[in-house]
Amino acid sequence: MTKYEDQGKNDTRSGYGAGMTELGRTNPNVVALCADLVGSLKIQTFIDENPERFFQVGIAEANMMGIAAGLTIGGKIPFTGTFANFSTGRVYDQIRQSIAYSGKNVKICASHAGITLGEDGATHQILEDIGLMKMLPGMVVINPCDYNQTKAATIAIAEYEGPVYLRFGRPKVANFTPVDQKFEIGKALMLSEGTDVTIVATGHLVWESLIAAEALEAQGISAEVINIHTIKPLDSEAVLKSVKKTGCIVTAEEHNYLGGLGESIAGMLATQHPTPQEFVATQDTFGESGTPAQLMEKYGLNNKAIEKAVLKVLTRK
Amino acid sequence: MSKIEELQDVVVQTRRDILRMVHKVNSGHPGGSLGCTEFFVSLYHEIMELKEGFHMDGMGEDLFFLSNGHISPVYYSVLARKGYFPVEELNTFRLINSRLQGHPTTHEGLPGIRIASGSLGQGMSVAIGAAQAKKLNNDINIVYSLHGDGELQEGQNWEAIMYAAGKKVDNLISTIDLNGQQIDGSTDDVLPMGDLKAKFEAFGWDVLEIKEGNSVAAILEGMQEAKARTGKGKPVCVLLHTIMGNGVDFMMYTHAWHGKAPNDEQLENALQQNPATLGDY
Repeated sequence: MTKYEDQGKNDTRSGYGAGMTELGRTNPNVVALCADLVGSLKIQTFIDENPERFFQVGIAEANMMGIAAGLTIGGKIPFTGTFANFSTGRVYDQIRQSIAYSGKNVKICASHAGITLGEDGATHQILEDIGLMKMLPGMVVINPCDYNQTKAATIAIAEYEGPVYLRFGRPKVANFTPVDQKFEIGKALMLSEGTDVTIVATGHLVWESLIAAEALEAQGISAEVINIHTIKPLDSEAVLKSVKKTGCIVTAEEHNYLGGLGESIAGMLATQHPTPQEFVATQDTFGESGTPAQLMEKYGLNNKAIEKAVLKVLTRK
Repeated sequence: MSKIEELQDVVVQTRRDILRMVHKVNSGHPGGSLGCTEFFVSLYHEIMELKEGFHMDGMGEDLFFLSNGHISPVYYSVLARKGYFPVEELNTFRLINSRLQGHPTTHEGLPGIRIASGSLGQGMSVAIGAAQAKKLNNDINIVYSLHGDGELQEGQNWEAIMYAAGKKVDNLISTIDLNGQQIDGSTDDVLPMGDLKAKFEAFGWDVLEIKEGNSVAAILEGMQEAKARTGKGKPVCVLLHTIMGNGVDFMMYTHAWHGKAPNDEQLENALQQNPATLGDY
């Protein structure tokens, strides 16, 4: 299988910050909003370099979403910033009416997504946001896997006209995608070809999938690993092509199995190519306090869980 | 004919449009629409600086955002008679495949509309964003918004009210339609909002009142004064005292016609009180 090197652990939110720094220098229409979490979103450089293009709204996320919608009317490209929980569930109706239904070019950028936010616990962890956002007509949903990909995605969505939900995380994780890799919205990336099973992963679970694939290879199982950074629109073609070869699939995500990537893929496969599938995801539960590694272990979201799911799905072929 | 008489003719015709629109589909919100008719007509025909045609970005012209989207009948009538779309299209209000949805939306591409509204409490934030974009674009035009008084019970408004003053969004004039009524009764009975003038002032707004909010002359005077107060470091709030259902005697002074259409007999009575001026659609 194709081997990937960790270029040095980094957090995906810093990828967002780096992307914003670049956009600040290259696209004069990009503006940033933040609800009192500048440090967490890593956008201080953007603010220092473009103070007039930064809007600090305070702890008032609903107002932030409305202001972002209004800014688009004057031709601006607003990037809102807060934690994923406060970027989605807290402001769902504002996003629904003022952004999605109104067709506004707002980029909803959400840090600290999933359970790896860690010690703050379930009030701040969200495992439902992908589902909430993918259900909104016209909303693009992206969950990049590492620092480089988050930076590339941040830059790419500025060029796309329409509402986007960009989801990233808090902990430092392996940074392994090529630094110059072009980010194409809606285009899955083949990471490692295989013949026995397809593993489709998004976000932090992509690296875990590569580790699992290596362990499986040692057991004589050839796993194909695909990075789906864009959950909506889904790259159905890439998934179909792979499962027609392997005959079974494991989906892996840091999200509830209800409403997540796995559900999107299951729905697509049910109508186009029914395939045995196992879900690596949380099982309709809230999270809790703990270190990211402890939580990934407890809630079955690491490479071991992926390996186990593969062994199970292989018996269902 | 004086300017005020001309505008009054548009007001009467707009009332007829509102009544006929909601009657035809036996749904919609005539009470608040009639209460704000003089305001809309004055705003679009006299107060706002508008460009020819519709441009979503609104560069170099004044913008208006309706936050209490349920009074769409008055909005649609005034937009149509201002030339944004054919007046005959008012015939399609709330019908399937229409651009005139129950609540205003950009989704069907109706010229004149820049944001969807209906779920209450969101319009001021949007207006603030549009006003801040104008500042970034060095565009000196003004952003107007309209809100129901009951709508101020939505918490997002107070986030927006705090922000607009704190960030000196002084190219914004937000008008509150003070008719004292909401669906379940008077605002005092449902949830008293206290002294709104004192509240806006405490948040740092410049507040002025138009006591006769159904008088074109009073509105013109008040809104000119509001315009004069922009650009001085504070957002401007206009407290517009109106009578819900104004112009139709049996609809006035009650919340009963908030979201109810007149029957055939009631329509005839209401139209007799408002004889056609510009011609019906």
